[in-house]
Amino acid sequence: MKFAIQINEGPFTHQSADTAYQFTKAAIENGHEIFRVFFYHDGVNNGTMYGVPPQDDRNVQALWSDLAEKHDLDLVVCVAAAQRRGIMDEDEAKRHGKGASNIAPKFRISGLGQLIEAGIQADRLMVFGD
Amino acid sequence: MSVTKKFTYINRKAPYGTVYALESLEVVLIGAAFEQEVQLVFVDDGVYQLTKGQDAAGIGMKSFSKTYAALGDYDVNQIYVCEQSLADRGLTIDDLQALTYEDEDDDWAEKSSMNLVNREQLSDLISNADVLLNF
Repeated sequence: MKFAIQINEGPFTHQSADTAYQFTKAAIENGHEIFRVFFYHDGVNNGTMYGVPPQDDRNVQALWSDLAEKHDLDLVVCVAAAQRRGIMDEDEAKRHGKGASNIAPKFRISGLGQLIEAGIQADRLMVFGD
Repeated sequence: MSVTKKFTYINRKAPYGTVYALESLEVVLIGAAFEQEVQLVFVDDGVYQLTKGQDAAGIGMKSFSKTYAALGDYDVNQIYVCEQSLADRGLTIDDLQALTYEDEDDDWAEKSSMNLVNREQLSDLISNADVLLNF
């Protein structure tokens, strides 16, 4: 089956960010296809590379980046939600006069149209978080 | 993109207090460009999103309540409001904006987009959706 994943919560506060990751990983391991992972609302906070959780804790962002590297996942961060919360790639940072970008490896910034397209193209859109 | 799916948006929260009502409207308007079938459901505190006479200036928020009136121009004309949720809050359909659209198949006659639904009809709407987005 072809899945699209929507994540509405940031890492660490809600388990749904972890559950989304575990679901995605399990789906791939069971031979399913992931059309896209869309990070929305506070979920965009999964895409900053500046998180430094304690060493004995999981690093949700790094888990996503690794999984995307391994399986060539399309990790998309909603641009409007990201701008509000200070998640930027180099182009965005330059455009808004910010000193540095912080988007994590394998994440990219794009618009809500990517979510609609995922809903159209995937067999199932799975939504994690409020 | 030739696939047409039924996108059903469930709006459950008051217009202010959380970002969800504003975001829902945003997704609906952007999604309109994809020419899918779109249904908007207002249930629980979500019915407050459509109430008349809103003014958010006092809480320092951007008022977006007037944007709903534009939905008809985006071919979003299937609006479903839970009648039980209205009744629970002492509201009637007259407290809500009368959203309309112009029917291109009927000489652009202006028609109501508003539909009152009961719990059973609501459950059918949800069952029949291809893509369900909750806000």
